[in-house]
Amino acid sequence: MLEIKNLHVGLEEEDKQILKGVNLTVETGKVHAIMGPNGSGKSTLSYVLSGKDGYEVTDGTAELEGTDILDMEPEERAAAGLFLAFQYPVEIPGVGNMTFLRTAVNAQRKARGEEELSAAEFLKVVREKAKSLKIDADMLKRPVNVGFSGGEKKRNEILQMAMLEPKMCILDETDSGLDVDAMKLVAEGVNALRDAGRSFLVITHYQRLLDHIKPDVVHIMADGKIVKTGGPELALEVENNGYADILAEVA
Amino acid sequence: MSAKLKNKGVVPSITVPDGGKWATTARNAAAELLTETGLPHRRDEYWKYTDPTTLTAPEATPAAIFKSDDPLPFSGVDAVKIVFVDGIYDPSQSDALELAGVEIETLADAAQKDIHWAGSVFGVLEGRGQSPVSRPLASYNTAMAEQGFVIRATGKAAKPVSFIYLHESETSDAVIHHTIKLDEGADLTVLENGPAAARINAVMEVEVADNAAFHHVRAQGRDHERRTATHIFARLGAESSFKSFTLTVNGVLTRNDAIIEFTGDNAHATVAGACAGDGAFHHDDTVFITHDAVNCESRQVFKKVLRNGAVGVFQGKILVQPDAQKTDGYQISQGLMLDENSTFQAKPELEIYADDVACSHGSTVGAIDETALFYLTSRGIPHKEAQDMLTLAFLGEAIDEVEDDALADDLRSLLQGWMARRHG
Repeated sequence: MLEIKNLHVGLEEEDKQILKGVNLTVETGKVHAIMGPNGSGKSTLSYVLSGKDGYEVTDGTAELEGTDILDMEPEERAAAGLFLAFQYPVEIPGVGNMTFLRTAVNAQRKARGEEELSAAEFLKVVREKAKSLKIDADMLKRPVNVGFSGGEKKRNEILQMAMLEPKMCILDETDSGLDVDAMKLVAEGVNALRDAGRSFLVITHYQRLLDHIKPDVVHIMADGKIVKTGGPELALEVENNGYADILAEVA
Repeated sequence: MSAKLKNKGVVPSITVPDGGKWATTARNAAAELLTETGLPHRRDEYWKYTDPTTLTAPEATPAAIFKSDDPLPFSGVDAVKIVFVDGIYDPSQSDALELAGVEIETLADAAQKDIHWAGSVFGVLEGRGQSPVSRPLASYNTAMAEQGFVIRATGKAAKPVSFIYLHESETSDAVIHHTIKLDEGADLTVLENGPAAARINAVMEVEVADNAAFHHVRAQGRDHERRTATHIFARLGAESSFKSFTLTVNGVLTRNDAIIEFTGDNAHATVAGACAGDGAFHHDDTVFITHDAVNCESRQVFKKVLRNGAVGVFQGKILVQPDAQKTDGYQISQGLMLDENSTFQAKPELEIYADDVACSHGSTVGAIDETALFYLTSRGIPHKEAQDMLTLAFLGEAIDEVEDDALADDLRSLLQGWMARRHG
């Protein structure tokens, strides 16, 4: 599904290298987790994959189902099936959540040559999916993320994911700022989307999210590289011993 | 005593229209004042950012007619429609001038009568608005205008009065003067839309008596080359409400003046506008609000989206007289620049002589929020569409000032459609 080879990325504005040769393959239908200390480049990886400005790819490739995505516009990557659940979902005053969702869904359908959803069809689907994420009508009516609590913002990200039905979902620290109940709700939303045709890359500091979203593979990232890869037990090791031991071991 | 303009431009030889009775007095007074003040010039304080040359030139600069199959703004609104073609009232395209609770007459007909209520408003509010700042284009209008309506609301109007200004001649030069009075407790909505002419000088005087409510929503027409100068003069009685909103898209030159005076306590006034300009576009909102009563609230909300060298100007003044305690004056003007070639100039002014007031003003200028843009595009929304969504959201905060939800929705969908079609 997603194949990243020798990815080197620096900041556009300053001479600073952040990713220093990332190699990573996420197979179709699998859930991979990336853990790592602050500043290891986890969020940068998610931004570069989704097409945010300000980064310069100096070497390497990233392919989604065999197509190089690094030269594509963010909206093209989205239409190709990539989705990033933001660590800090953006507040957009003046744009209604429902309008935003519908515009996004139909823009992607249009880009893929599919028929757009009518207002009625859309409404039916969105209400159903919102309900399972405990998103009420008021949250759908309000401007995107404006005045939402941390938990509401993250639930709103998952709702977007559920509506857009991407093939490759990247979750950037979706657990940050969530209490246990909110995290469970979000994890349930994610688990409901697990599917043989859909892959996940879950970026997190802590093991606790992985109790709820069980990964197939866990990677440890440090200083811009994947330094260790293992099964779910690797996440437990981090939880028990911290990163220091692992980093010392691979150094 | 009106301030004299420092630089007397050439004053056209003024011959006021014949036949008016009470109107002639006002016309002569305005002509006399104009001779004294002269026409506006770039060196005048309130014309520093806007060049009035083409507004004061003897002839209108020709303006191409904008062709569009889009329905006119507010065409879905049930209203008494009054159509002007190149600034001339066209009864054949207009509805009958009949509306329960409202008297509607042409200025020409009203001027024939020996005694008319309009005598206490026509040229009177405009005259009051000439001090402390001279407004020569309004003097010219009062002196010369033969076109326009006098409207008196005696109760709650069942539906709005909608002025539709069609532009058919490339050289038309229109002068229109509306005189409006709302009696105590009356409620009236006036809609205006259309470019009107190659050049238009429009004045609207509105007397709002105690407990009355006046609503004004205007869309200024999409003709790229039109030149427009408008003045609204309003005087507000106790507990009254005045709300005016203007949407402007295109037009090579637009100057909208609003001069509002609070004379009764506990009244409210909102003057708001949204404009979008691309290329040869100069848009100036100049507002002067005088608080001369207790516990009145005024709001000025102006948003301008500019690109390709478009220019936006905002000059907003709040004057609080010594006895106008508990005044609440608010003013915000914001420019959204879609590129680095455009200009937004803002001049907020507060002049406060009372000590128990709350006045605030803010002015910002900035580009599209890149973070928000990335968020939208990362969900698959194409860049241009995402930019439009954010632009509409920005202007939407001004449209929110329109009290009537249906009219506000109409304005939003108009803007949305125009933007979508711009991309072709």
